[in-house]
Amino acid sequence: MSKTLFDKVWDSHVVRKIEDGPDVFFIDRHLIHEVTSPVAFVGLKSRGLSVLYPERTFAVADHNTPTINQHLPVQDPLSANQLKTLEDNANEYGISHWGLGHQNNGIVHVVGPENGITLPGATIVCGDSHTSTHGAFGAIAFGIGTSEVEMVLTTQCIMQPKPKKMRISINGPLSKGVTPKDVGLYIISQLTTSGATGYFVEYAGDVFENMTMEGRMTVCNLSIEMGARGGMIAPDEKTFEYIKGRAKTPKGADWDKAMIYWKTLKTDDDASFDKELTFSASDIEPMITYGTNPGMGMGISKNIPSAESVEGGKATYDKSLAYMGYAENEQMIGKKIDFVFIGSCTNGRIEDFRAFASIVKGRKKADNVTAWLVPGSHIVEAKIKEEGLLDIFEDAGFVLREPGCSACLAMNDDKVPAGKYAVSTSNRNFEGRQGPGSRTLLASPLVAAAAAVTGVVTDPRELL
Amino acid sequence: MAYDKFTTLTSTAVPLPIENVDTDQIIPARFLKATKREGFGDNLFRDWRYNGDDTPKEDFILNNPIYTGKILVGGMNFGSGSSREHAAWAVYDYGFRCVVSSFFADIFKNNCLNIGVLPVQISPEFSAEIFEAIYADPKTELEINLEDQTITLLSSGTKESFDINGYKKGNMLNGFDDIDYLQNMKSEIETFTESRPF
Ligand code: SF4
Repeated sequence: MSKTLFDKVWDSHVVRKIEDGPDVFFIDRHLIHEVTSPVAFVGLKSRGLSVLYPERTFAVADHNTPTINQHLPVQDPLSANQLKTLEDNANEYGISHWGLGHQNNGIVHVVGPENGITLPGATIVCGDSHTSTHGAFGAIAFGIGTSEVEMVLTTQCIMQPKPKKMRISINGPLSKGVTPKDVGLYIISQLTTSGATGYFVEYAGDVFENMTMEGRMTVCNLSIEMGARGGMIAPDEKTFEYIKGRAKTPKGADWDKAMIYWKTLKTDDDASFDKELTFSASDIEPMITYGTNPGMGMGISKNIPSAESVEGGKATYDKSLAYMGYAENEQMIGKKIDFVFIGSCTNGRIEDFRAFASIVKGRKKADNVTAWLVPGSHIVEAKIKEEGLLDIFEDAGFVLREPGCSACLAMNDDKVPAGKYAVSTSNRNFEGRQGPGSRTLLASPLVAAAAAVTGVVTDPRELL
Repeated sequence: MAYDKFTTLTSTAVPLPIENVDTDQIIPARFLKATKREGFGDNLFRDWRYNGDDTPKEDFILNNPIYTGKILVGGMNFGSGSSREHAAWAVYDYGFRCVVSSFFADIFKNNCLNIGVLPVQISPEFSAEIFEAIYADPKTELEINLEDQTITLLSSGTKESFDINGYKKGNMLNGFDDIDYLQNMKSEIETFTESRPF
């Protein structure tokens, strides 16, 4: 029977099918971090269970780490306790641990691919919904809850009903200034935040084929924001090129064997999906969000839509705009901003910093803007320095911070104050996401850079 | 962590007719720093429930003593956003055993089922009727029968059935969880692992 890419990877990981129930689903690689794992270990201990395959789990500290002075003890006692708990648990159970200060440390979804933990045809889970990022490699990757972290630790399996399948195809050339982030935000704006609930998405078409691996990661990362369980892209030569020789990828004969398998990982011509959507690349312009969920996005040159033209209740829409301090039909261009954040597992990779540099080069940071430049990992940080981007940033009045999730969820000190506006390259603009009362405008690194140097929402195409 | 069995529940309900209630509202990220599963109920809907100085916001429904109960009735697309199970813990720890909505976000629903909170998905029409009934009389009760998979608005007798897969239903009825199940098939898992290429 013909199968989709998703079917092929899913079906090969089913240990047992339960009648009128979920599949017992095998997990190849498991990432854990300090926030969602401690209670899982408490559960293990209280039941007297062990970790079945410690070599399949990787611990990384990222969610509440500080982004300055990482060499000093962590100030916040609660954060320090979580970081210590992660380290202790990892040591106790023989799990590799990349803590604060480790050369491989960074955001878990940046670090995984960088170190070859992420592989085509693998199943990857983590107690963080943006685990969907790893789907860029043709893996099935999704976020899980803490109970499931406990299951994976002790049995390497979770119980999952197989999601439905959706394919999103986009063809045609992307216009100037349109980045993978804009493609992702555009899709979410078309589907709404619940439009793909219950589905696993495959992205297809030349827009994704022509994207770099980092661009594909950005798109897959955002899959969760339209409700999808995850998103994936068929592996190709670019994928193999990217992973080859990385620390944890198979080597020698194992690599050759894996390649034979990986080359079979594409959707068969006559395989079918539960839902198919097609968009045209030429309809996408640089995007920005104006509301309090990632589906409330629009082309940057447009006006904020009126309540009648958006799906959902008017009351919720009004509440959202009131929170943002915006009104229907207003322009976003020219809106004053206070903060700019470039980073996160969505846009914290080297290509994102190159894009940011392409606009700030030779310009100056606007005086009214506080900017946080937070690399996704130490490896990204090192590249920024190596490629001379740091000099460009410093000349323009920016400071580079140390890696971590930072203002993406504001668990550390990188919080946007109440009422202030931040243009952010992260993935969520929920009320208070970047600090109580903070107002978030999601956008690409180019839009963030344009805002950083002008102090207002600016069309980056004018500065390119 | 196994939980109490769930068979039937008859209770008043707290209405929260807001759409797209996301996990950052259910439990803001700054409260995720615990290393034990305790006390999350205090911070359920923290920023809607309290002002910056920790005084309660009078107009938020959880601060209104006339609305109480073990059932939370939410708006469409409840629980979108993060995979943090803390959101489900906060709901449970506050005292809710059941969340009713016309649509749930996937991971949140899954997390609820894993920890003993029953998500009940109903039609938008029924949802509207329930909200109206509770506002008219906060003592209005809902009856949830897991065995029969039905939810009834007792004041009008309106009844709907809801979906839950047979396996999860069995777990909830017996207070079992997935770990109990998986532990019993470890040797099958170990054999499977040997066949994995990486
Ligand atoms: S950067 Fe944000 S979305 Fe990504 S892993 Fe960290 S908190 Fe989650």
